[in-house]
Amino acid sequence: MSAAAVTAMQHGLHSCEDCGLLSRPGSGEQEGRCPRCAAHLEFRKPASLQRTWAFLIAAAVCYVPANVLPVMETTSAQGSESDTILQGVVLLWSPTGWPLSLIVLFASIMIPSAKILTLAYLLITVRRGSIQNNAQRGRLYRTVELIGRWSMVDVFVDAFTVALVQLQPLMSVAPGPGLFFFAAVVVLTMLAVESFDPRLIWDPSSAQEALHV
Amino acid sequence: MSESDGSFPRAPESRAVSRKRTRLSLVWLIPIVAAAAGAWVAVARVLSEGPEITIVFQSAEGLETGKTKIEYNGVEVGLVTGIRLSDDHKSVITTARMGPKTESFLVENTRFWVVRPRISGATVSGLGTLVSGAYIGMEIGDSKKSRRRFDALEVPPVVTGDEPGRFFVLKTGDLGSLDNGTPIYFRRMKVGEVASYELEGDGQAFRVKAFVYAPYDQYVSPDTRFWHASGVDVSLSASGLSVQTQSLVSILIGGIAFATPASDPVLPAAEENTLFTLFEDRAAAFHPAARDPQTYLVVFDQPVRGLEPGAPVEFRGIPIGEVVDVIGKLDTVTFDFAVQVTLRLDAQRFGIQAQGSDPGFDLVAARRKLLDTLVSRGVRAQLRTGNLLSGALYVAFDFFPDAGPATVDWSQKPVQLPTTPGQLQALEASAARIVRNLDRTLASARGTLDSATTLIEPNSVLSQQLNSTLQEVSGAARAVRLFADYLERHPEALIRGKSGEAK
Repeated sequence: MSAAAVTAMQHGLHSCEDCGLLSRPGSGEQEGRCPRCAAHLEFRKPASLQRTWAFLIAAAVCYVPANVLPVMETTSAQGSESDTILQGVVLLWSPTGWPLSLIVLFASIMIPSAKILTLAYLLITVRRGSIQNNAQRGRLYRTVELIGRWSMVDVFVDAFTVALVQLQPLMSVAPGPGLFFFAAVVVLTMLAVESFDPRLIWDPSSAQEALHV
Repeated sequence: MSESDGSFPRAPESRAVSRKRTRLSLVWLIPIVAAAAGAWVAVARVLSEGPEITIVFQSAEGLETGKTKIEYNGVEVGLVTGIRLSDDHKSVITTARMGPKTESFLVENTRFWVVRPRISGATVSGLGTLVSGAYIGMEIGDSKKSRRRFDALEVPPVVTGDEPGRFFVLKTGDLGSLDNGTPIYFRRMKVGEVASYELEGDGQAFRVKAFVYAPYDQYVSPDTRFWHASGVDVSLSASGLSVQTQSLVSILIGGIAFATPASDPVLPAAEENTLFTLFEDRAAAFHPAARDPQTYLVVFDQPVRGLEPGAPVEFRGIPIGEVVDVIGKLDTVTFDFAVQVTLRLDAQRFGIQAQGSDPGFDLVAARRKLLDTLVSRGVRAQLRTGNLLSGALYVAFDFFPDAGPATVDWSQKPVQLPTTPGQLQALEASAARIVRNLDRTLASARGTLDSATTLIEPNSVLSQQLNSTLQEVSGAARAVRLFADYLERHPEALIRGKSGEAK
């Protein structure tokens, strides 16, 4: 908080997100293109909170069927069987397979839910103009951004299995409806993270400082 | 590039791009779409769920929660959702979630059973369950009354209710190799199968439920005979050796055959569940049926080895019944031992018509009169050897004009008929007599031989005399030879006398 006393926005400048060039908006216009790399320039990501909320709510809505519906339908000589993510975790849980089980548990259940909760927390604090724990919240955001893509592992595993296990008369694997919801959760949370502008975290504090100065 | 802004004097001005922006972002469509999709899935789920039912099994072997399916004609219509023991631990209560629109299946007489791999006779069923695990089969009833709790069948039904055909009940004392699914043959064609069987309450006989497919069920008339068609039936008769078999399959696994005697009048097809007797073999089935069997008693005072229950009873060679029981009986007063043989005879074969057209016809009186007359004319029971190799006996009735007087003992229950010693018995008696005579003859022959031996012993007087006699005879012979020699040389001696004397 000590360093970021002044933001570019307060000086009527915006920085290019691609090349980092600070520039002044063109006459009368709020936004424009970077004179150096021609990237879109904005003071802050447009409608950041609104879009993040929208993606986040959609992700939360999809999260329920993603966990309730089966993600994989296995048809073998023993009949067909459909498993949800949690059933998969239980199925994998064995004296030797528990690490795999834990990976699935973390990547598929805990990380998506943690992402949704974290983003919701960030959105609420930004909306309320909180100025506390800014650095921590920034770290949270970076962490969420970093690990978000790993949730896609589950979808990939499923896709691989479906593609590889096609021993038609004996056994076949088809993706269940839950998988689409799960993929939607992952994509939507990634979009939500993308549309969130972390600079908003510091805006209230710099605004306050600007007032005090 | 304004220089007035002190801090960042050299910040370049961005190029302006005009852009329209709506207040409410279209991005809100995304959660709406997501919610709609979720809601749609939820609604579809709810709609796809049918009623929950309870099925009570004796054993849940092979059933698994969430895995075992309920299938009707191979279509999955439900899934087992719970298995638990009943409160008294005697049965297994299974709950199952049925599919949508299955309410009409769940009626009063709908039946459930577990399909497991079964090998019964020629039919192998449920092989798929070897790898897939058991599933619950069902048969939809035709009742209108709805029901949610069912008791499962222990054995899958061989015939499901919607198959056209008719059930008949066969009664047999011996199940043989019959099993569920055992084929039923008509003119060596498979026209049905055994649906189920059960022991009667008193444990004396089996009731076999046989199903004959349409349209062959019309060939089952009230007079149709059913018999065990298992195995090979070899019979040796005066006309030679005959081998009767059904199909090869039935030789291996057994079967039931039926036919209607050709001589019988054409009768209408039998009612469903008509009771038939299942005969031991074809010959037994086509024996004229004993329509009016009566039990009688005959007593023999001779060994009855070879006489077994089931042995035939014949009257002048015509089978009229069979031996039911053979027991020995000791008279505690006289210590006479006798063998009581119980017979079951069909008096009709004697010529009495049971179903007299005359309403005033007294069957009992007629039977009594007949028996009295026959016995007074010399009809007696006798044991005879039916088979010389096995020594099997049978009871024969025949006329014995020489037999002593006898009457039917109507006071006994069952009525006792007179007997006469068997042929074999008579034969044995005379053989013994012959042996006794032979003994005596042999004894006298030995005496003769003994005295002869005494006569010709070396030290006996006779032999000594014989010896000296023989010596004298040989001396005499020698003298005769000398005389003959002399005569040969001197024939004239006959006339002149000895020449020596003449010299």
